[in-house]
Amino acid sequence: MSMTDEDRSEIEDLLPWHAAGTLGAAEAQRVEAALAADSELARRYALVREELAQTIALNEALGAPSPRALDTLLAKIDAEPVRRPLQAADPLARIGEFFASLAPHTLAWGAAAAALVLLLQAGVIGGFMLKEKTPGAGYQTASEASKPAAEGATVFIRFAPQANAAAITQFLRANKLTIAGGPSAGGLYLVRVAPAKLPPADLQHLIDRLQQDKVVGFIVQSE
Amino acid sequence: MPIETTSDEVLVGRIAGGDRRAMQALFARHRTPVFRFVVRIVRNEAAAEDVLSDVFLDVWRQAGTFEGRSSVSTWLLSIARFKALSALRRKPEAELDEDTASAIEDQSDDPEITLAKKDKGAAMRDCLNGLSAEHREIIDLVYYHEKSVDEVAAIVGIPAATVKTRMFYARKKLSELLKARGIDRGWP
Repeated sequence: MSMTDEDRSEIEDLLPWHAAGTLGAAEAQRVEAALAADSELARRYALVREELAQTIALNEALGAPSPRALDTLLAKIDAEPVRRPLQAADPLARIGEFFASLAPHTLAWGAAAAALVLLLQAGVIGGFMLKEKTPGAGYQTASEASKPAAEGATVFIRFAPQANAAAITQFLRANKLTIAGGPSAGGLYLVRVAPAKLPPADLQHLIDRLQQDKVVGFIVQSE
Repeated sequence: MPIETTSDEVLVGRIAGGDRRAMQALFARHRTPVFRFVVRIVRNEAAAEDVLSDVFLDVWRQAGTFEGRSSVSTWLLSIARFKALSALRRKPEAELDEDTASAIEDQSDDPEITLAKKDKGAAMRDCLNGLSAEHREIIDLVYYHEKSVDEVAAIVGIPAATVKTRMFYARKKLSELLKARGIDRGWP
């Protein structure tokens, strides 16, 4: 199947969203097929993934708000007039309204996809977190995952949206990797790639190699 | 269900009913990405914290009007963008604090120093910071905040087609900045 220039341009516009894992399944498949058939498009996709990795690295370096922010918020809330409970505020009613607003087809697919994602994530991540049993290596909230706590050499990885549990498991085992934390706000997992710190050139070489694997959406040094 | 695992939508429902614990849970979950989004706009950490508390105060006040048409995180970023831009308009001469300035911008390096870093990643981060506010914003929303075309359109208030076009030009400008620093990516 050959692509017209228009098709190619349209696909190319979608590459940033494909790299970020935010395309729908049909569009993602279309992009994957185009990438497999067009080496220049694949080269440009590599550029997109570099941009993605560096944008995340830049944002992760921005730090987090101080505890003062919550104190300020609570003080402002305290100064607000006392609120009377609203009928519309009933959580069950609101959930009912939310689901009722969805088309049956959307609801069915959404529920199936959500269940599958939960099962896969729970299985893979839970399995590796339990297996490792590192003292102090507990669950971190998304908002606090930007500070790597793991020993050794670590990287942030976001798995490709198409990667299933078996593929992720195989990837981690084959490369002797362990998940040390996450996911963070951006769906990043902190992954230990070596028990001790690596020289920067070795770490970069390893990252370049791991990035070639299809289960890796993107990968970047954790510090 | 423990509050930590309660969905954002349910938390907002509880906040609408005046539940402070739900407010704190939602804040804990979203404070860092919202803060980072704001700090990239106002470029000052103290100002960003003020905006952050204003964003969540709006959530407290308006939770009852949230209809679930977008995700809670998209809703939060929409409010954050509006508040951050309003803060910028109020203080057009807002000073960059030094820590934030060094974290988010490093344009004082001349090309030779940048090249001397011999680090393509660092050069790209410099160039990302050198983009216009409009281009920085769209790149952050797509790559870091993982927003779809439609979600970006809702947050920024532009048509979906414009989102794609703007992203293209942001990436093109990034390539031009890199090329000016001696890194030719062969695109566009």
